[in-house]
Amino acid sequence: MSAVSVQQLIDFSYIAAVIGFILALKWLNSPVSAMRGVVIGEIASAVAVVATLFDPQVVHYKWVIIALIIGAAVGVPLGMVKMTAVPQRTALSHAFGAMSAALIGIAEYYVGTPHISKFEMAEIGLEVVIGSLTFTGSIIAAGKLQEILPQRPITYRGQNIVSLSVLGAALALIAVLVFHPEYTHLFAAMVVVALIFGIMLVTPIGGADMPTVISLLNSYAGFSAALLGFVLNSKVLVVAGSLDGASGFILSVIMCKAMNRSFTNVLFGAFGQVQVSAGKEAEERTVRSASPEEAAGILGAASKVIIVPGYGMAVAQAQHKVRELYDALSKRGVDVKFAIHPVAGRMPGHMNVLLAEADIPYDKLVEMDDINGEFPQTDVALVIGANDVTNPAAREDQSSPIYGMPILDVDRARTVMVIKRGMGAGFAGIENPLYYLDKTLMLFGDAKNFVGSIVRELAGSHG
Amino acid sequence: MPADFVSNVFVFILAAFLGFELIKRVSPLLHTPLMSLTNALDAIVVVAAIIIAGRHETRVSTILGLLAVGASFSNMVGGFLITDRMLKMFKTAKAKKP
Repeated sequence: MSAVSVQQLIDFSYIAAVIGFILALKWLNSPVSAMRGVVIGEIASAVAVVATLFDPQVVHYKWVIIALIIGAAVGVPLGMVKMTAVPQRTALSHAFGAMSAALIGIAEYYVGTPHISKFEMAEIGLEVVIGSLTFTGSIIAAGKLQEILPQRPITYRGQNIVSLSVLGAALALIAVLVFHPEYTHLFAAMVVVALIFGIMLVTPIGGADMPTVISLLNSYAGFSAALLGFVLNSKVLVVAGSLDGASGFILSVIMCKAMNRSFTNVLFGAFGQVQVSAGKEAEERTVRSASPEEAAGILGAASKVIIVPGYGMAVAQAQHKVRELYDALSKRGVDVKFAIHPVAGRMPGHMNVLLAEADIPYDKLVEMDDINGEFPQTDVALVIGANDVTNPAAREDQSSPIYGMPILDVDRARTVMVIKRGMGAGFAGIENPLYYLDKTLMLFGDAKNFVGSIVRELAGSHG
Repeated sequence: MPADFVSNVFVFILAAFLGFELIKRVSPLLHTPLMSLTNALDAIVVVAAIIIAGRHETRVSTILGLLAVGASFSNMVGGFLITDRMLKMFKTAKAKKP
């Protein structure tokens, strides 16, 4: 057996890996087969990693094994985080993925310079720039999601021009390096500029826009891996990277549509700057509020209830109390469903994961387009910690900044209940006329405590 | 244009289109696990990192390669682990009742 056949075996393992990756994504089309998808993805990745260890180019094992062990030791706790921490964990893994791709590109440059063709240099430059900006951008996103950094958008005058100039500088450095790959200090400068651009890209974006940002960073991380595949001429990286890139891209398009933002608007980083409408003269409008007892009475007498969860539910950690409410109502024969807006929460699918963790059956979690038709036949729509995604102004008020955004039509239910801390406006600072409707009852208080009180009332009146 | 580049472009285009078709069919219910799974699959860059680090060409390339091995392998392990945990939580009402 010669080295050639070892190489062929490695190539076959990569082909097998690619087949596994494709099946993994295919089987994610339904929760029933999804588990099978993860298993095949794991097998495919393991086969590729083990085969690579037999690559004759690998002469230096000790440190590689140590690095793998350290990687696993870091990976396990990152895989065991609480479900509420999944958005920041995801942002952090985008950062790690992009960092790996950038570091490999940088290593390739230092090994190859100055004997790098113009073509290779352009590929490496682009790959390292995208990887680096995704790395710092994802770190900032993770910091915002972990609330180490302010969630409010940080903006200044002329920000887009400054940011785009920095990106332009990075691209200009690539152009110079293509003709002078021996200028190693310019390469270092290019990396630094790209890292700075990543920070500038995400800093101006507010917390509520994170579902789009995190998807976009996902896409960048994927495409940087695909570009690395071009640099190293590795088809398995090209395939895995483009699948990941395509996935992030589609998710960001879905998130954009769910917020009625154009994709160009996102690509140019001009978002997160939703103008806080100074507000029409704050007319004195009255709201009706209700106590847990009253709320429990209405809910207990209903035959159909739709619960609308939002980020506020995640912040208050109210999902387990919500499950108790679901159980208490279901036991009385009330039909309870959950309406999930695509951008509810801080990342795509965030609410589904939190509610599934709380043991709510997934067939009760219904997407916006499928449930909107049911609101008119619904006795009570209970909104927990969601605001803008239920704002009827998006449908009716052309002057509203969120006009045109698809919303959950909770105002068409017979009674609307909104659990909210106080009358403060939502993230975007937009008034929600829903709160002033005659059919709306405001339930003021902490989501977890309030839902807990309703559950106690229901239990008390039952026994 | 180098021949390798051309064949890579073919692979890229086919994979990206296949990706679009596959991801479009993923249930929105599973968008969070989708993101963690694609993250874990993307961590296959670890194979390139192993080669860069294991080739031991220069001190710089070895150190950078080792860092990349650690970072991407942590993504692979953590990504699969959390996807697995999340998917186990998705149950129907029937499956829940003993």
